[in-house]
Amino acid sequence: MIEIENITKRYGESTVVDDVSLTIAPRTVTVVVGTSGSGKTTLLRMVNRLVEPTSGAIRLDGEDNRALPGYELRRRIGYAIQGHGLFPHRTVAENIATVPTLLGWARARIEAKVEELLSLFQLDPASFGPRFPHELSGGQQQRVGVARALAAEPKVLLMDEPFGALDPIIRAKAQDDLLAIQKHFQTTIILVTHDMEEAFHLADRIAVMDKGKVVQYATPAEMLLKPATPFVESLIGAGERPYRLLAIAPVSSAVEPGAAEGAPISSAASQREALAELLWSGRDALPVAGPDGAVIGKVSLEGLAKRAAGPA
Amino acid sequence: MRELRLDKLGAIIAALALGGAFIAPFATFRANRIVAGEVKSVLDALPAGWSAVLLGIVVCAVAVAAVRSPAVLRLVAAFVALATLALGIGVAATHLTPEGNTYARVSPASGFWIMLFAFGLLAADALTRLRPAPFVRVVVLVAVLGFIGILLLSGSWDGLSILKEYASRVDTFWAEARKHVTLALGSLVAATTVGIPLGVLCHRVTRLRDGLLGVLNAIQTIPSIALFGILIAPLGWIAVHVPGAAAVGIRGIGVAPAFVALFLYSLLPVVANTVVGLAGVPRDANDAARGIGMTDWQRLVGIEFPLAFPVILTGIRIVLVQNIGLATIAALIGGGGFGVFVFQGVGQTAMDLVLLGAVPTVVLAFAAAIVLDAVIEMASPNTRQAEAA
Ligand SMILES: Nc1ncnc2c1ncn2[C@@H]1O[C@H](COP(=O)(O)OP(=O)(O)OP(=O)(O)O)[C@@H](O)[C@H]1O
Ligand SMILES: [Mg+2]
Repeated sequence: MIEIENITKRYGESTVVDDVSLTIAPRTVTVVVGTSGSGKTTLLRMVNRLVEPTSGAIRLDGEDNRALPGYELRRRIGYAIQGHGLFPHRTVAENIATVPTLLGWARARIEAKVEELLSLFQLDPASFGPRFPHELSGGQQQRVGVARALAAEPKVLLMDEPFGALDPIIRAKAQDDLLAIQKHFQTTIILVTHDMEEAFHLADRIAVMDKGKVVQYATPAEMLLKPATPFVESLIGAGERPYRLLAIAPVSSAVEPGAAEGAPISSAASQREALAELLWSGRDALPVAGPDGAVIGKVSLEGLAKRAAGPA
Repeated sequence: MRELRLDKLGAIIAALALGGAFIAPFATFRANRIVAGEVKSVLDALPAGWSAVLLGIVVCAVAVAAVRSPAVLRLVAAFVALATLALGIGVAATHLTPEGNTYARVSPASGFWIMLFAFGLLAADALTRLRPAPFVRVVVLVAVLGFIGILLLSGSWDGLSILKEYASRVDTFWAEARKHVTLALGSLVAATTVGIPLGVLCHRVTRLRDGLLGVLNAIQTIPSIALFGILIAPLGWIAVHVPGAAAVGIRGIGVAPAFVALFLYSLLPVVANTVVGLAGVPRDANDAARGIGMTDWQRLVGIEFPLAFPVILTGIRIVLVQNIGLATIAALIGGGGFGVFVFQGVGQTAMDLVLLGAVPTVVLAFAAAIVLDAVIEMASPNTRQAEAA
């Protein structure tokens, strides 16, 4: 659990983060969104004390984050910085191994971890491990940056626009991998992004920042149905709302009894994918296949239309 | 067949070399070390066979230099010509010195120096065009020094006046050489030991930076002789008043003030380059290092130093070359070194003696520059790629 309590950061006259309070449940993903300069990075960096707050407190699992020396705190918290921040004079493998080395892991364990992470991010360990950062593409560098943040299996992970430089296909894959890693290691993640699509895909909760303040902190569904301010509404994008609403719920929660023609859709797919398939194939309903492949019902255009409707 | 085209620099080199070979004198003969000499052309200075060979090789090398030719060929031509010159001057010395005469002196004359310069330029230009890897440059240096060493040991230069000066000073020569190197290297080591931490401090404490760099800059502008002079009084005072100081060699004149002066001159390049190098470390890398949980010390040693290292080394290179040159002046205040021969020679108007001090100094400085340049390039793996791009 991360408790951010009345945290404020001022640089001279300007208040960059203004009296922010958030409680982040363990093993969840919180996504921070907001315009450029709204204080997202600053908020993130106060959690691992790269920035010392002007006032307020942050507790990790009930313990004040000032109880430990800063560097020890930071070894326990993974941090993928905005940009990749790789060390130019160290190879990819050495970069990833940085924190485990600082923590004094055995060599074999470090090597195994480096290989595991590189493979996970679709980088062949034999070919990429010995390279230097400048021999990688921007997207590859970014993935290595994220791998480095994950290396010591931290319980808390801070990520500042980690997938900004990735193409849509690798980005989607990286997002799914991140969710899988998060489930597997039970990590609590705070992630900053400008991409609302990404925010809705990853978030258990979204915090919207505007001029240093958190203007809304809610689940994606709540935010779509009840945006707190016009700013939040415009950030979500009025034209996108019905689709986002469908995108965050699985087909399984929209199954109706009955049969339908044609190829079935998986119950794990999002309702938006079901809608797209309905529109594209010109059908009124699709059969739905459960996890075992057996058809468990149908999903209909009419049913999805109701679900996509906002509050009256 | 390909058209032969003129090479601009090569044409100048060719003109110089031809002038040096056919117009200017090759060697000077003097009845003893201080009288005025008579100059001898290549034809007079060398036995007939030798002068033909030397002129032939010079003409061939000039032909290679004048037209646009492959860099490797130019390099070979330059080295062959230089080697012939080196051998030739030794032969001239033996040829011109009358049998059994120990007073007569033979030394290279303007034509020799002009050709040496011309072909040296050709070699340097060819090497620049070839862009050899740092390791290869060091190998070339070692080969050239080895060749000179063989010439020296084989005695083929023994007839030259500079070696006659050497022969009568074998013991002092090596003692002064040791002093010279100790002075230059010792002050460098001291300046590095003090300067790098000072540079780190300046980097971390911004307010200190401007003040300290200002003071060091001011020291740098004091003429070296004046600085030696300024140091005589305080060091003399220390020698008298601090117990034990005199015992460890601290005196108003001698090695101590020379050492202190070289040390002070060395500080600025070391400190300034450390500051510049550390400032050039990418912000992101520093930020990530902190974010990942490195302590300030780990960040300094593991990230900042390695990234700033090539720039710091550049500072050390400047200091080493500068110190090797400046250490000559130490002789003025009894600090020893090659300067001893230079100033003795000036006093006795014996040019050969001046050269006995000057030539080793130049060779040392040159070798140090080449070796450190190679080390710097090897320490910064990204530079060659950046150049290629
Ligand atoms: N060290 C600092 N000194 C002074 N002002 C700062 C400092 N760091 C950040 N700021 C200011 O604080 C504000 C918030 O910066 P921050 O980096 O948190 O924004 P952000 O929301 O992460 O923006 P972006 O989306 O562009 O990354 C900006 O106006 C920035 O100029
Ligand atoms: Mg930011």
